[in-house]
Amino acid sequence: MASALINVPAKAKRGDIIEIKTLMSHIMETGYRHTASGEVVPRNIITSFTCRFNGTEIFRADLFPAIAANPFFTFFTTATESGKFEFEWTGDRGFSETASASITVE
Amino acid sequence: MQQSPNSSRRQFLGLAGGAAALGALPTVIVRPAEATPAMLASAIQNVTGGAAVRTGKVKLDIPPLVENGNTVPMTVTVAHPMAPEDHVRSIHVFNEKNPQPNIGNFHFSPQNGRAQVSTRIRLADSQKIVAIAKLSDGSFWSASVDVVVTLAACTEEVI
Repeated sequence: MASALINVPAKAKRGDIIEIKTLMSHIMETGYRHTASGEVVPRNIITSFTCRFNGTEIFRADLFPAIAANPFFTFFTTATESGKFEFEWTGDRGFSETASASITVE
Repeated sequence: MQQSPNSSRRQFLGLAGGAAALGALPTVIVRPAEATPAMLASAIQNVTGGAAVRTGKVKLDIPPLVENGNTVPMTVTVAHPMAPEDHVRSIHVFNEKNPQPNIGNFHFSPQNGRAQVSTRIRLADSQKIVAIAKLSDGSFWSASVDVVVTLAACTEEVI
């Protein structure tokens, strides 16, 4: 059900700083909203996002309810070698999703 | 007729000069000008551990007028090199009036090459957003922006 969108350039020159964009579909229910009958809607958010390159963590984010639904992140990395980016989202109610993207560095 | 505008101009220049002299003091420690809600202060304290936070280096891009608080684009950039021996460790973003003071923590590595992150956030009210960067030498730098929100997030009922 959950789906990720990843945008990583397929190729880069060695030493270039490249932009990585990620989006994960998720409701990010804050836990502060009420139903019409007054019950609190329980919190259901992604709490952590990690990006690894060839197994090494390069970027990590801790998420709070103040992150909008369908968390979107843009960050940068230096292209040093060809390899694989792995993305991982974890959250409430055992939410865990992964995605990956490969890059060729010339 | 002539006297009064002249004297007010003199007063103004005097005040401006005084303000400039104050601004030129070498160490500027952030002591929020407005009464910052205690939650925000304690959330910042949790990150900095009481260390002094200086303004500068950090650039917080967020629209000053937001129509829909449910999704507000935000970019934080830190003007600092990302060398292995001297880099930006993390960026922490806080708000003043959401139910929780934290918005997000972003952890970097020298591999990033550029200390910049963009995301989309929720704002429950018109308020001040604060971004604090932690450098590898242990110093903290901050920037804050006041945002006016016309449609607030978090308040609507779920049907």
